[in-house]
Amino acid sequence: MDVGLLGQFVVNGMMLGMMYALVAVGFTLFFGVLDVIKFSHGDVLMVGTFAGFSTYLGMTAIGIDNAFIQLIGVLVISLGSMAILGAVIARYLVLPLKSAPPLNTLLVTLMLGTVLREAIRLFYPDGSNPKHFPALLPTDSWSLGSFTLRSDSVILLIGGLLVIVGVNMLINRTRLGLAIRAVAQDEETAKCMGINFKMIVLLTFALGSAVAAFAGVMNGLYYNEINFGMGLLLGVIGFSAAIVGGLGNIYGAILGGFLFAGLQTLGAVALPFASAYKDVFAFAVVIAIIAWRPTGLIAEKTSERV
Amino acid sequence: MTQSLKDKLVIILLAAVIAAFSITFIAIEEQVEIFALLVFAAALVLGGAKLGITASIAQSLARNERLMNFAFIAATIAVVFWFREDHFPLLMIATVLLYVIACCGLNIQFGFTGVVNFAGAAFFGVGCYTAAVLGGTSVPLLLVIVLGGVIAAIVGSVLIIPVLRTRGHYAAVVTIAFGLLFRTFLEVNDTLGGPQGLGVSGMNLFGWDFNNNIEISENLEISFYMNYVVLALIMVILTFVLMRRIERSWIGLNFDAVRLDETAAACFGIDIKRWKIVAFTLGNFLAGTAGALYAMMLGFIAPSNFAFSDSLILVSIVLLGGMGSLWGTILAAGLVVLLPEKLQVIQEYRFLIYAVVMILILLFRPQGILPRGLRAYIPGWRG
Repeated sequence: MDVGLLGQFVVNGMMLGMMYALVAVGFTLFFGVLDVIKFSHGDVLMVGTFAGFSTYLGMTAIGIDNAFIQLIGVLVISLGSMAILGAVIARYLVLPLKSAPPLNTLLVTLMLGTVLREAIRLFYPDGSNPKHFPALLPTDSWSLGSFTLRSDSVILLIGGLLVIVGVNMLINRTRLGLAIRAVAQDEETAKCMGINFKMIVLLTFALGSAVAAFAGVMNGLYYNEINFGMGLLLGVIGFSAAIVGGLGNIYGAILGGFLFAGLQTLGAVALPFASAYKDVFAFAVVIAIIAWRPTGLIAEKTSERV
Repeated sequence: MTQSLKDKLVIILLAAVIAAFSITFIAIEEQVEIFALLVFAAALVLGGAKLGITASIAQSLARNERLMNFAFIAATIAVVFWFREDHFPLLMIATVLLYVIACCGLNIQFGFTGVVNFAGAAFFGVGCYTAAVLGGTSVPLLLVIVLGGVIAAIVGSVLIIPVLRTRGHYAAVVTIAFGLLFRTFLEVNDTLGGPQGLGVSGMNLFGWDFNNNIEISENLEISFYMNYVVLALIMVILTFVLMRRIERSWIGLNFDAVRLDETAAACFGIDIKRWKIVAFTLGNFLAGTAGALYAMMLGFIAPSNFAFSDSLILVSIVLLGGMGSLWGTILAAGLVVLLPEKLQVIQEYRFLIYAVVMILILLFRPQGILPRGLRAYIPGWRG
């Protein structure tokens, strides 16, 4: 195989892995604090991307056309509004069902995902068609033989890495992170120690949703196209990644995200059958891994299985 | 008037009212009239519940289960007979019946045993594609329906190990991943028609072609969909009998035990794995048989019929009717299939409306419209 093409696949795979890992981190955070799966996560990502896109349109309309300021605006609005949406979902849909069977929470959030998706399709202007997301990053490129590295890919990868490292630092080094970990470990004891349980849950959901919005904007900037259905597949892949890595563990989420992207790339490049089967291959391997390690590659510390 | 005579009258009257309501509902076209009818029905049901009439009707029904079953079958036949010459209403009725079968399958999994399956549409689709592939061969078509179920069960057995080893969210992701895998596979597989789909030959039973209108006389020509409705109705009745038998037997008891508390069930010597496998396989079998007949009836299938949202619709029917409740499933399937067809205004918004209604149901009435009652071992027996 051509080295340049191989390099292209590696960069593309890393980009996908970074996005999946960001989505999976959200799933892991929510599962950690509340033992629930918020399935609307992928659609929150999609709404976040559309919020960012609308911000771009708005800023262009009022005459701000400096790409850097536009990018900052897009990120601030997108991440901020999704943080609020995430907290609202937690407050009005997830917390009220805390004592119901876990299946009900899964279903409620699945349905909420459908509501968000359909709402964008029906009510966003011309929402059923794909939109062209602007390239806001510098697009110079370095060539190395037949391999071309674009600067926007490098910036996106570094940005994604910084967000993951930042979330990890937040969880492991700050007082807020300590509170989140305490709630994840034992809700009752955490409450006794004076931790505001509800506040921590809402903040965690806000954090996870903002990270998802970042992944959505990243997706838009990389592919320059967004549509109302992009969240479903990203959500399911992020969920699978979190499960394969091991729920409730940030490193597991990152591992799962890159593993899934690796499988897709492998399915597209190295396997004998047509590259159209790459998703079939990746999902089949995921099912096999779950059958082999039912609690994920990095197992949960307290397993729910008897 | 004696109690039992009164009960019988109540049941016959109820069946007649339901038949009349269904006929009116399917026949009228004007959107305002449909809305008015729905509001009227809702008011009737809510008012009846407030005055305690619903409860006393439910008691009459419970005392005469056999009569109730026959009365409802008769009501269905009356509705079908009314629309004997119209293609579209019969197609809708047959679709409802086939959805009922598929959802009964999901009910065994979700409602009885507590095995999650978010790939219902995929197993339905396996049945459809079986009919498409085998329809052109010399295999008898009635056997193709059974084979649709068998192959769905065999395809499902690939998932048995991961489903058995996992629980809750982990099991959900296994089936969701399978559903997506199935659809992607169909879209890229050229032998199975790719995204364009496949044509399916119609049902043909001992030389009786299901796709021809039935000419009785000069001025009476019965729609060919009648064939499918009759076959689907027979299948629904068989499924219903099967479900009731399972529910009332020790098999159903074991299913319930596995759902309610796996640890306690295992302590009492119930083989959890075995019953989960039985429930999962049987459920997929039912979905597959329904799919096979559905494909023959439509004559054409494409991967877009088996998306994740279609699996969600099947789950919504089970949940809306009430987990494990058979009559609830029938009612919910009718509502979910017929409402968007009748209310053209909401056609475009139907997924949005389903989703909102499901969220409201889960928040405020998680047990469904017609919650499953206590197990009655002997029909009509009240201890």
